[in-house]
Amino acid sequence: MAEYQNIFTRVQVRAPADPGVPIGVEDYFRVGSSRFSYWAGKFGDAQIGPIYLGATGVLSLVFGFLAFEIIGLNMWASVNWDPIEFVRQLPWLALEPPPPEYGLRIPPLHDGGWWLMAGFFLTASILLWWLRTYNRAKALGMGTHMAWAFAAAIWLYLVLGFIRPLLMGSWSEAVPFGIFPHLDWTAAFSIRYGNLFYNPFHMLSIVFLYGSTLLFAMHGATVLAVSRYGGDREIDQIADRGTASERAALFWRWTMGFNATMESIHRWALWFAVLTVITGGIGILLTGTVVDNWYLWAVKHGVAPAYPDINAVPVQDPTLMGGGQ
Amino acid sequence: MSMNEREGRALLTVIVLLAVLAAGCEHPPVETVQRGYRGVGMEGVFNPRRLEDMVAANMPPAASPPAPAAGPKASEIYQNVHILGDLSVAEFTRLMAAITAWVSPEQGCTYCHDAANFADDSLYTKKVARIMLAMTQRTNEDWQAHVGKTGVTCYTCHRGQPVPAEVWATDPGPRHAKGIAPAQQNIASPTVASASLPYDPLTPFLEQDYDIRVISESALPQGSRKSIKQTEWTYGLMMHFSDSLGVNCTHCHNSRSFFAWDQSPPERTKAWHAIRQVREMNNVFINSTSDILPDTRKGPLGDPLKVSCKTCHQGAYKPLYGAQMLRDYPSLAKLSGAAKQAKTPASN
Repeated sequence: MAEYQNIFTRVQVRAPADPGVPIGVEDYFRVGSSRFSYWAGKFGDAQIGPIYLGATGVLSLVFGFLAFEIIGLNMWASVNWDPIEFVRQLPWLALEPPPPEYGLRIPPLHDGGWWLMAGFFLTASILLWWLRTYNRAKALGMGTHMAWAFAAAIWLYLVLGFIRPLLMGSWSEAVPFGIFPHLDWTAAFSIRYGNLFYNPFHMLSIVFLYGSTLLFAMHGATVLAVSRYGGDREIDQIADRGTASERAALFWRWTMGFNATMESIHRWALWFAVLTVITGGIGILLTGTVVDNWYLWAVKHGVAPAYPDINAVPVQDPTLMGGGQ
Repeated sequence: MSMNEREGRALLTVIVLLAVLAAGCEHPPVETVQRGYRGVGMEGVFNPRRLEDMVAANMPPAASPPAPAAGPKASEIYQNVHILGDLSVAEFTRLMAAITAWVSPEQGCTYCHDAANFADDSLYTKKVARIMLAMTQRTNEDWQAHVGKTGVTCYTCHRGQPVPAEVWATDPGPRHAKGIAPAQQNIASPTVASASLPYDPLTPFLEQDYDIRVISESALPQGSRKSIKQTEWTYGLMMHFSDSLGVNCTHCHNSRSFFAWDQSPPERTKAWHAIRQVREMNNVFINSTSDILPDTRKGPLGDPLKVSCKTCHQGAYKPLYGAQMLRDYPSLAKLSGAAKQAKTPASN
């Protein structure tokens, strides 16, 4: 017998595509026809499209494409336009920010200028996409929660690539565009500043990141567990609490003494998610500008514990012992 | 083919590709060895299957039976003996035979010697061998802070080949388009264990003496301008160390604070001396062969093939896993003959 479930839906309804509510003159911006995808239907709504682009959407895609092209062509140039090497080395290739000697000056195009330009176009693209999420939410009469959550992520992006380099007085402090290179940059950043794990804002960011995944799993599991009582109609349950909400609440109150509500759990989730990047951005912003070695900072403030010596005679810096040879 | 089938196949392809990618990983289990206070992650990580192969590949050759020290000296019988003249003829020929087995087993004596006149210096290899002997003796006598009493022999690096397998020269990097400045990084380089870090950290740190230390020594900013890019060079050198010795960071460092000496394992002191020793090897000994080496023994930029951590260690935390080869060849343990006058920098 066919059954309907919230995820991995076994029954897929096929009806004429729903274009969405009429939006008057702006209908022009709604592009593409609709089609149905069996596999999309496995995970969510089977209907793909139409999509609303609008001026901000089109410009965002254009700027994003420009940034993508600048980065990709610079990567390709770095292997002398060799298509095979480009594919082989792709995860290693990067567009690097200018060398430190340029400070905040505009470097020549070939020595970091392309990085600056790609960064400008990418930032323009992201900010235009943000505007689009804001405008579309307004047009649908929604709150602008999504736009502000996106803004929190943009904050971290801007701190890493723009605000902190400005404060440090050097573009070279920014992140390279590249798959492995940006990861190696991250590790080098932590090494240079004496171990980022001792940065309390980094700690907070990790708490919120892992907390977000935990909350996500707890909420998802709770709603699926009570969907047999109508718990999947969460919005109904917020205003008109039924047996699904009661059972879910009781479950958590019995197991851990406290329960969120059908409404507040969504605030929990939103704030955990946005605080991940807000605290992370603060942590990056303070690094190098206010604190130069997080391990020593943590020792100074009693955060880092001391452990028993492992060597009978602790190792000493050879340069302080006359150097030897 | 229907749309659904096409999408289904695309999904299957992605899953297969991911499985292929995962097949490139080393499969568990790995062994961890505690090397510090409990619970703080001070441990060595080893893959026992790779370790077996490594041990098999790093067995020293059997030592030849010792030769009598009595009898006439090599300098009295042979001509043009600069360094080993004080050995007895029996010891001298034993060592020469050992060196042939270590360095040029296929080419034989004539790799360095003129078959008609062994005293002749016309082959460049003979002149280089003399410098290498001095380098070996210098290492064993004056760099025990690094090599201990175990020391090194020709075999430590050469392993039966005229040119050791793991040598390096200044890396000009891959060919790049004219319109861009090379970043000197972001290519899968074996020198830095295929990281995207700077691909030649050996020239600035193991030939030149650029500052390796990048971590701030004060909690709050006090004017250190060490950049993240500079840190990547140091990081690249450390990847080279790790890869060359087959160890992870915690072999020398407490990773909670890479710079803190008082929390570091004693191996870090050895590595500190090793860096200075290798710099001396490259500058005083290797680079002095520059004028006599043919181009085939030089790198793409014309500098001689040089020594790095990997040249001796070859993936083992101690070369040949600490085999005591030097004990059987004591004439390599001390500077002798002309090597005593070799231009070596005074201890500072």
